[in-house]
Amino acid sequence: MSTPQPPMPQTAAPAWQAAPGYTSPIPVVRTHLGHAIASEWTKIKSVRSTMWTLGVFVLLVVGIGLLTGLIVAGQDADLGGESPLTLGFFGLLLGSMCIMTLGVLTTASEYGTGMIRTTTVACPSRARVLTAKAVVFFLIAFVVTLVSTTLVGFAHVALLEGSGAKDPSGGEWLKGTVGISLYLALLGTLSLAVGSIIRHSAGAITIMIGAVLAPLVIALFMFSSSLQDVQQALFEYSIPNQMSIFYANSLSESGPSGWDPLWIMLGVTAVTLGGAFALLEKRDV
Amino acid sequence: MIELEGLTKRYGEKVAVNNLTFTVRPGIVTGFLGPNGAGKSTTMRMVLGLDRPTAGDVRIDGRRYDQLKDPLKYIGALLEAKAWHGGRSAYNHLLCLAQSNGIPTTRVREVLDTVGLTAVAKKKTKGFSMGMGQRLGIAAALLGDPRILMFDEPVNGLDPEGIHWIRTLMKSLAAQGRTVFVSSHLMSEMALTADHLVVIGQGRLLADTSMADFIERNSRSYVRIRSPQRERLLDVLHRAGITAVESGNGALEVDGGKAEHIGELAARHQLVLHELSPQQASLEEAFMRLTAESVEYHAHSDAPVPRQQWGDDWKRS
Repeated sequence: MSTPQPPMPQTAAPAWQAAPGYTSPIPVVRTHLGHAIASEWTKIKSVRSTMWTLGVFVLLVVGIGLLTGLIVAGQDADLGGESPLTLGFFGLLLGSMCIMTLGVLTTASEYGTGMIRTTTVACPSRARVLTAKAVVFFLIAFVVTLVSTTLVGFAHVALLEGSGAKDPSGGEWLKGTVGISLYLALLGTLSLAVGSIIRHSAGAITIMIGAVLAPLVIALFMFSSSLQDVQQALFEYSIPNQMSIFYANSLSESGPSGWDPLWIMLGVTAVTLGGAFALLEKRDV
Repeated sequence: MIELEGLTKRYGEKVAVNNLTFTVRPGIVTGFLGPNGAGKSTTMRMVLGLDRPTAGDVRIDGRRYDQLKDPLKYIGALLEAKAWHGGRSAYNHLLCLAQSNGIPTTRVREVLDTVGLTAVAKKKTKGFSMGMGQRLGIAAALLGDPRILMFDEPVNGLDPEGIHWIRTLMKSLAAQGRTVFVSSHLMSEMALTADHLVVIGQGRLLADTSMADFIERNSRSYVRIRSPQRERLLDVLHRAGITAVESGNGALEVDGGKAEHIGELAARHQLVLHELSPQQASLEEAFMRLTAESVEYHAHSDAPVPRQQWGDDWKRS
């Protein structure tokens, strides 16, 4: 708009030379990631599937969390000094499906609807679009999970006060709320990257659910003793087991512990996102 | 201004766009014409940076598309219908586009008003009719008030009122000094809107000419004559210095001849005429003739396709 028109390669025709060209009153802005993030925020909050997946997520996490809490509290059992936060795990395991679905939909649905062409035309930097999507999605997933897990955590502590459960330490609170929320948000971001690579919602969701469940299910049927090491590794590094480590539970004593699952997921997500970026630059829309 | 320089796109062995070089200039409507599958959409997708060219280059006002920081203010495009999420409202669809380009959000209401979608702005686009969808696509193209507009088959599936609206819109946009580039596979449509014409077939440039030139060169007028006394008529015409050619079905055709003149000539020689009609070859035929050559060219080189798929009757009506 501000640049002069380059010289014409062909001989000028008077019909168009007379026309000075149009100048818009709208000011030219050097757009940046912030613009793309604002745009992605509008996109994600303006479709019903976001509200549905997040609504179901909260319902599962809070609902199943409260239900398990009430069952345990109603049984008059002695928890023997266990942290009450561990009971939040079951709801989250199911809820993770919603986070993965939303992650996949954030990228893959644009390919299904054709929106991706409009998006790419509006923002030719494909890396910026994917970054904005990842940032917006990560923050939403993190905040929603954090709020849900904190809510359930307080409910569990209150419900099980008389059942011999211990008062969770600060470290346990951090892992059971912020830690697991970061982990789930990363798992969702991994799904977002897979969605961008696969470009097909149903396919990408299937892959993600498979990635979560398959190692555990396969390991269950490894009866041969020669496969014991493999079975052990599959158990320990399966995503459900990694999640339960945030509650100081694990299927085994060896394998990842403490904050390890978060670093593992961070690595996997970073590599997959890198692949998604590379493919996005290479492929036609 | 859009400048294409040796633009080529190959999908494996198939060449979709072959070494296209032409310039789309401001202030006029440039028609981009070609039969289905000629490579129009692929070319437009390359202009917008959706497809990467195998070779060659496209420049938007001197810059490559991916160098534009707020592209919607330079070029607005209507791509094939429905390039949006059906669950989102028209308002939100345009809002997210405006935000990504730093366009004031007040523009969203303005363009919705321009295309006449204000009443359904908050409705999900899923329920939109073809015409409403086309209007939303045009609203998105106009959002950044760009200097260049590109429409891919804008009248497809529209009712006459919608077609008329788009034609008027394109002309007024060009009259404001903008560059308007519009694709179509209908010559008749282009004849009504375009000032300049770029014709492609099988991905190759076939013509890059002003509409007036194209009409002058291609709208052949001739007189068709039918007579039971054909031989005598031919003789009379020949002696008068008029060349007549046979056109099949026993009719004769005289290029550029005047029906009055031939009629008087026949009367003077007491010849019976069964038909004496001035004819004008339509632009549609001229376009088909132009593109048929490219079809033919490929038929020889790749596959045993019938030499003329339309039969012979389209040549002369």
